[in-house]
Parts: sequence; C-alpha cells; structure tokens
Amino acid sequence: MSSTFKAMVRVFLKAGVLDVQGKAVEQALHGLGFPGVADVRVGRLIQFEVAAADADEARTQVEAMCRRLLANPVIESFEVEIA
Amino acid sequence: MRAAVIVFPGSNCDRDCKVALERTTGAHVDMVWHQETALPDRLDLVVLPGGFAYGDYLRCGAMAAVSPVMDAVRAAAGRGVAVAGICNGFQVLCEAGMLPGALLRNRDLKYVCKRVELDVVNAQTRFTAAFAGQRTAWMTVGHQEGNYFADSETLDRLEGEGRVVFRYRENPNGSARDIAGIVDETGNVLGLMPHPDRAFESDLGSVDGAMVFQSVLQSALEAA
Repeated sequence: MSSTFKAMVRVFLKAGVLDVQGKAVEQALHGLGFPGVADVRVGRLIQFEVAAADADEARTQVEAMCRRLLANPVIESFEVEIA
Repeated sequence: MRAAVIVFPGSNCDRDCKVALERTTGAHVDMVWHQETALPDRLDLVVLPGGFAYGDYLRCGAMAAVSPVMDAVRAAAGRGVAVAGICNGFQVLCEAGMLPGALLRNRDLKYVCKRVELDVVNAQTRFTAAFAGQRTAWMTVGHQEGNYFADSETLDRLEGEGRVVFRYRENPNGSARDIAGIVDETGNVLGLMPHPDRAFESDLGSVDGAMVFQSVLQSALEAA
C-alpha cells in the first residue's frame, strides 16, 4: 500500500558560499529605497509528488534525491518538507 | 590515438573538440551520445565538451552528471583512460564527483568571454607534459559559472599535491586561488574552464591549447 505525498524541497547556497545573485538583488533593493534589507539569499524551490508507504519513507526517498541530484552538497544545503 | 567526445543535448563545442583533436594529434575521434552505456574500445582520451548540457537546468552540469554515459566515463578513468572536461565538461565532472569542488556563478554575475593568460602550474601531468619549459599559455574562456569553489582544506590539498594545473594570471571570475584547471588524485581526470579547443591554430589567436591534446598524445604513445 502506498500513498502519495507532496514534497517541497528548498535549496540554498551554504552560509560560507558567496551568493552573488543575493548580493545583486540586495543592492537593487537598496536602490529602490529599501535600505533596511540585508543578507539576501536566493535559493530554489522544487515541489513534486512522491509515492511512498508512509511519510518517513517519503522523506528518506526525497533526502536521497537531494543528495544525488536536487542539491550539490559541496555548495548547497537543503530542507525537505513532506505533506 | 583514439578519442571519444561525449555529446549531451546542449553541448556546443563537441565538433570543435573533434576538429581540434584531429588536427593537433591525428586522432580517430568518435562522437558518443550521452544515452550510450558503453564507450568505444581502446580509447586514450574522453572529452566532455563545452556548451550548455541540458540547458544548464537545475545547476550547470547536474543533469549531465547523472546521464547514462557517465558510468562508462567513470569506469574508463578508473582503467587509466585520460578524461578531460572543458568548460561545461569541467562543471559536469565536478557534479559527477570525479573532481572536487564546484563552479559557482561568476563573481561579477557576467558572462565572461575573452582571451586569458594562464600560468601552467604543473607541466608534469599527462595533459600538460608538452608545455615542457613553457610557463604560460593563452586560451579563451566563455562562461558564466566558472568561479571555482572548494573548502580551504580541499584547496590546500590540491595545491600541496600539485593538482592545480592552470591558474589565471588575471582572475576573470572570482575563482578560488585563481584556479583555472585541476586534475583528480589519479592524474587521469582534468577539468579546465578555458578552451584549448578554441586555441589550437594561429588563426584562432593562439596555438597553446594544442599542447593539451598533444600531451595526451605523447602519453598515449609512451603507454603503447
């Protein structure tokens, strides 16, 4: 018996990795008159459905997908949400 | 010498590499589609060419790194076949875990397309032996994600083991320690952002790239 779960994966560059996109967006926001903006990070959101026996198995599968393809562990960290 | 050039959907320097190899080494060159699971027999060199494999979807090189042919490429490197990833090919090799580190977006967010002067840091690899006493080389870069990144421990190890092969004399993209090209721990796998395939005839403005292909030819002749 398997059910379908909704997976939401958020991928961001790790803290020590310079996020040049984030920096550019930050400068643009300052230019638009939002001087209080700091530490902008641009990431990626990936959502999909996954069939699994239960939520734990779905999470295990999705984490494996993150390590093998969806994120690059050398430069990125990821968060998985299963619903 | 026999070589194979891997063709991914979105590769655009595959034919350049074939012509460069044929003209500089006289190699017989097969083009191998990324869905293949085996490479031709008795290969001396596999080239992963520049371009935009899979449209750079997800991350540059990420989709190509998990395409069917890559198991065969990994196995070939394990058998001692030379594997060279140029530009997008370098990104693929990093994503595939065959080289350490990753190529990030250029520091200035710009696509950089220009001639660059390189230091030939290690002329004792099978990809650089033909440079011999020549300490610098001109090649062309054309990339938006060529900013080499690795943690400082990895960078120290690369430098300590002589695995930084090419360095930019003027860093065009923010690469850590000006790194333009590295080899893996076996010395069989090279990744470089500059294009030797765009610098192998005087009409192209430089002939220095030919040395990379001729080095592999030399090592193939020595092994025979």
